[in-house]
Amino acid sequence: MTQALWIAKTGLDAQQTRMAVVSNNLANVNTTGFKQGRAVFEDLLYQTVRQSGGSSSEDTLLPTGMNLGTGVRVVATEKLHTQGSVLNTEQALDVAINGRGFLQILKPDGGLAYTRDGALKMNDQGELVTSSGYIVQPGISIPDGAQSITIGSDGIVSVKLPNQTSPSQVGSLELADFINPVGLQAIGENLYVETAASGPAQSGTPGLTGLGTIVQGALEGSNVNVVAELVNMIETQRAYEMNSKAISTNDQMMQYINQNL
Amino acid sequence: MDEMIYTAMTGAIQTEYAQAINSNNLANISTTGFRADLHSFSSIPIEGPGVESRVNAVVDSYGTDFAQGPIMNTGRDLDIAIRGEGFIAVQAADGTEAYTRAGDLRVEPGGLLSTGGGYLVMGDGGPVALPPNVSLLVGGDGTISVQPLGQGPETLTIADRIKLVNPDPALLDKGVDGLFYLEEGAIADADAGVKVTAGALEQSNVNTAMTLVNMIELARQYEMQVNIIKTAEENADAAAQMMSLG
Repeated sequence: MTQALWIAKTGLDAQQTRMAVVSNNLANVNTTGFKQGRAVFEDLLYQTVRQSGGSSSEDTLLPTGMNLGTGVRVVATEKLHTQGSVLNTEQALDVAINGRGFLQILKPDGGLAYTRDGALKMNDQGELVTSSGYIVQPGISIPDGAQSITIGSDGIVSVKLPNQTSPSQVGSLELADFINPVGLQAIGENLYVETAASGPAQSGTPGLTGLGTIVQGALEGSNVNVVAELVNMIETQRAYEMNSKAISTNDQMMQYINQNL
Repeated sequence: MDEMIYTAMTGAIQTEYAQAINSNNLANISTTGFRADLHSFSSIPIEGPGVESRVNAVVDSYGTDFAQGPIMNTGRDLDIAIRGEGFIAVQAADGTEAYTRAGDLRVEPGGLLSTGGGYLVMGDGGPVALPPNVSLLVGGDGTISVQPLGQGPETLTIADRIKLVNPDPALLDKGVDGLFYLEEGAIADADAGVKVTAGALEQSNVNTAMTLVNMIELARQYEMQVNIIKTAEENADAAAQMMSLG
């Protein structure tokens, strides 16, 4: 059958994937620490139907050949790790990371995951956990009866206990950084896991060696730009329509030949 | 059988090829830095003993449209768009140097810089390798300055310079991987006149209106060829009937 039909089909597939990425971005416009995704398009292999420079006769050459493209594909859906806006919440256990770095989380399966979502809570043991209940690494326990909790910009957590005049230090938050954060794999629940592409995690004290600082009483909002996403959505829809138009035109060509011959 | 039926048939087949080229442009309407393929028909006389009895149409992809595509702001520091003429030099899968307009760059695990399609970006001497860094900035001439990991903003150092070239587009051929190659494996020299804008991407230069009009034109052209095939069939039919009367 005609190649044009299949070429237009790759266009539909790719636009569909892009629409899914745009929808996911829009759905997560209020997700703390969410990083916007983007579909990366690449043209598919070209087929050489007629080689340029081939001989058209013993002593003449074809000046141009024919290379037929075979469509488009989505090579990657990458995350854009730009800073989201920092929103004040006044909650003592809400932390935002201003700059590079991820909080380290212990998954229930024992592996480490990384997140920018700093909406921390306490579990029944007084340990700091994420909204999903996963323990923050290195583990920090808030003693029973603590009156106030202070988290410094360098991640040091101190609490004020009753009958004490000065706050006592109970631990410190560490941040992990990667050579290539774009290579991290998003696994949902605002978590990322390390991959071969991201490089190994390098953990350190917030504010040092290029890591971001911790802001207590604030959360990092989603970095999705709603206007840009809506424009993306319009563009995707129109491109989808054009490719489906190409399919129907090819269909009509085939229909015409079937009806007339 | 009448020769006209074969002439019309080659015409219809070539129109299908042209429609495929056109559909490929449409499919790549959102591909960063994509350059539209152009098609043309040329007439090839069928040579043989005696007079040239027929002239067939043959479609050529006679080149690529090198017009500038629209620039889209993304704000990502590793997105670069070339303003005006020029290309980014990359290393193709077989190790040779090829050229592209797609500037959606990313960092590979080892710190090497590659395009969205996974081709390593060439620098002053071989592929660009970036040290671990806090932030990086691509300058207007492709110079990449980085703030190395663990150091302050006062230590901004130049890591490398992306090789930007500006060969004559007439000498460039699109390879099977969609990258551009200079004829006979030649390598273009870096050109300081090529300017890039960071935080932006160049979109596909496919002209949607023109591509859609082309599509309609090719579909109608195809119908005409099919009509000629049909006429040839009717002619043969009439001739056969006349013979049977006698």
